[in-house]
Amino acid sequence: MFDALSTRLQGIASRLRGQARLTEADLDAALHEVRMALLEADVHFRVVKLFTAKVRERAIGQDVLDGVNPGAQVVKLVHDELVEILGGERHVLDLGPPSPAVILLIGLQGSGKSTTAAKMAVRLRRDGHRPILVAADVYRPAAVEQLVRLGEQAQVEVVTAPAGTPPVEIAERGVAAAREQGADVVVVDTAGRQHVDTAMMGELEALQKLIQPRESLLVLDAMTGQDAVRTAETFHGSLGLSGLILTKMDGDARGGAALSIRTVTGLPIDFIGTGERVDALEVFHPDRLAQRILGMGDIVGLVERAQEHVDREEAERAAQRLMESRFTLEDFKSQLQQVKKMGPIGELLKMVPGAGNLAGAAQAAVDDGEMRRVEAIIDSMTPGERREPQLIKGSRRRRIAAGSGTTVADVNRLLRQFEEMQKLMRQFGGAGQGTGRMPRLPGR
Amino acid sequence: MERMPGRGSGLGARLRAVFGGGRAGTVEWDEAEEALMGADLGPQLTLEVIAAAQARATRDQALPTDALAAELRSRLAAAPDAPFELGPAPSVILLVGVNGTGKTTTAAKLASRLQREGRSVILAAADTFRPGAVEQLRLWGDRLGIPVVAQRPGADPAAVAFDAVAAADARGADAVIVDTAGRLQTSQDLMAELAKIRRVIERQHPDQPRHVLLVLDATIGQNGLSQAETFLSDAGVTGIVLAKLDGTAKGGVALAVHGRYRIPIVFTGIGEEIGDLAPFDADAYVDWLLAP
Repeated sequence: MFDALSTRLQGIASRLRGQARLTEADLDAALHEVRMALLEADVHFRVVKLFTAKVRERAIGQDVLDGVNPGAQVVKLVHDELVEILGGERHVLDLGPPSPAVILLIGLQGSGKSTTAAKMAVRLRRDGHRPILVAADVYRPAAVEQLVRLGEQAQVEVVTAPAGTPPVEIAERGVAAAREQGADVVVVDTAGRQHVDTAMMGELEALQKLIQPRESLLVLDAMTGQDAVRTAETFHGSLGLSGLILTKMDGDARGGAALSIRTVTGLPIDFIGTGERVDALEVFHPDRLAQRILGMGDIVGLVERAQEHVDREEAERAAQRLMESRFTLEDFKSQLQQVKKMGPIGELLKMVPGAGNLAGAAQAAVDDGEMRRVEAIIDSMTPGERREPQLIKGSRRRRIAAGSGTTVADVNRLLRQFEEMQKLMRQFGGAGQGTGRMPRLPGR
Repeated sequence: MERMPGRGSGLGARLRAVFGGGRAGTVEWDEAEEALMGADLGPQLTLEVIAAAQARATRDQALPTDALAAELRSRLAAAPDAPFELGPAPSVILLVGVNGTGKTTTAAKLASRLQREGRSVILAAADTFRPGAVEQLRLWGDRLGIPVVAQRPGADPAAVAFDAVAAADARGADAVIVDTAGRLQTSQDLMAELAKIRRVIERQHPDQPRHVLLVLDATIGQNGLSQAETFLSDAGVTGIVLAKLDGTAKGGVALAVHGRYRIPIVFTGIGEEIGDLAPFDADAYVDWLLAP
């Protein structure tokens, strides 16, 4: 729906070609497009103004680099400037002694605090901490139940209190429970509130004063619009926040609100939420958000996901079998499952630059439904058939089609594809790839 | 009955400050443009509205703020404003939207509203995914004395909707409000699940669901357009509920959605109390938006 900035700038770029310098008029035209792109990405209009002024200052009189499209050069300037603002020194959560360290999660209703609390716990546990969760949202019906259930998924204890217990008291109980059990981090999930609600803001201030959290993190929906600035300023003004977590980044929101908040409050962006599962919390990368704000896709994120979810040994074993022409449909299925672990294909495609707007047809060809069909077909084969697909003739094809709820044509197609793949791999293997292995994934 | 939040939007005050000196030149209109951007109308709609209002002000010799108000009103009037009505019993109302917009709360508010109008309502807890969602709706049902049809967490949401509609048929209830799980519009699997819920209801009653309401969070920005596009195509959205207007956000993206996809805005969420769901009134909204 939104044109990527690079596309928008192409028209200007063609005019600029052949010029030695970016003239002011050209630059203004380019910056107009930058402005529109940032506003579409929900960057606050004042921040947009500041930002374009800064880029203009940097760009003026800059030589057009040889062999570089001037439009791309402006995109790079914008990108670098974005990265610089979004990045800065890395904020490491202060979780050291004295134990326990308290982390307070704060935000508007529906921003994703409870889910984020569970995700933080999973992350902390993975990093060798012993976290516990505190359900201090006593207002929203069933909020406590929600956190308890999330705690089960995260395998972390959740401290609760009977209905009507003041949040301050619940938090105190949480800290006491942590001391008793030797937990070193307490993540407190607070009730969502409007920043204009003075009574609710007062409650948070009291809570903060009493439990002295090490970190007070604002949980913000990545889709937030222009009001993000006011929200963050008000929360930061009365509570002195220490960081920001951007949620729902698995959607297609461009996340410009983060740039606004970073510019206006200087708060570091610590994590991003990237899915509904409790392990979907990732460390923030300024370059990726910059690319996203500019509509450039997230190729780095794709590579990282591959690293996280693909079992390297398994991949190498399969590669070995491939080279030795022992790759069976069984191996093929296990490869499919690894890709599936990375998330829905549609979601993955969105991370590929340029594929974000891929036509539905192209997506359908590789969608999860197709993968499920292929898996069902393979599952309906006998182990012998999986090892030796050439066994599969007419009646076996009909049986497999019936067993997998597909058609004989589907089965034929899969077998043909597999055969072609084997052929290709044999050639590849025969070409004598020194090690006989697939290229290694870059190390983590 | 209250139609808009008590507190003004602040936008009108800003515009009056801009044009207060009696001048309406490029500088002033540029500032007005920024003010509309700040209300989340988005760059495209803002530029259109400003250009049209400027032309209006010149043509009608009107004050800039009056021209802006007239322009916004005429745009909201351009799409058919269908009043929210129940049809032959049972009317099925499906609530859809991304995560955290306030679907469950809206379901409860809408149920309470219909109940106050003397209608018999059944709530369907078809958000079987989010932990605590079923309990949340059950608690609301208990408070309001409205039956809640639910299954165990993780159950097929279409089956819950089916049960609820069957229960409404059996009891002769006027309306079934189906609360669904929040889902990002980019998740094809989950959007397909929603389409299935819809199909199952259609199979029970070919003319249902009567209403498919997209709950939009007023604090969000231009992603609302992407949400509306996908939920419209996959779930057949018939109207918008603009939730959380009681903060400082103005919900301008709803205007952009309304303009681009011609989806009427039917309700606004104007507070945290159960009664804080008001029928959308274009004039009241524009008045609130531009009030001094």
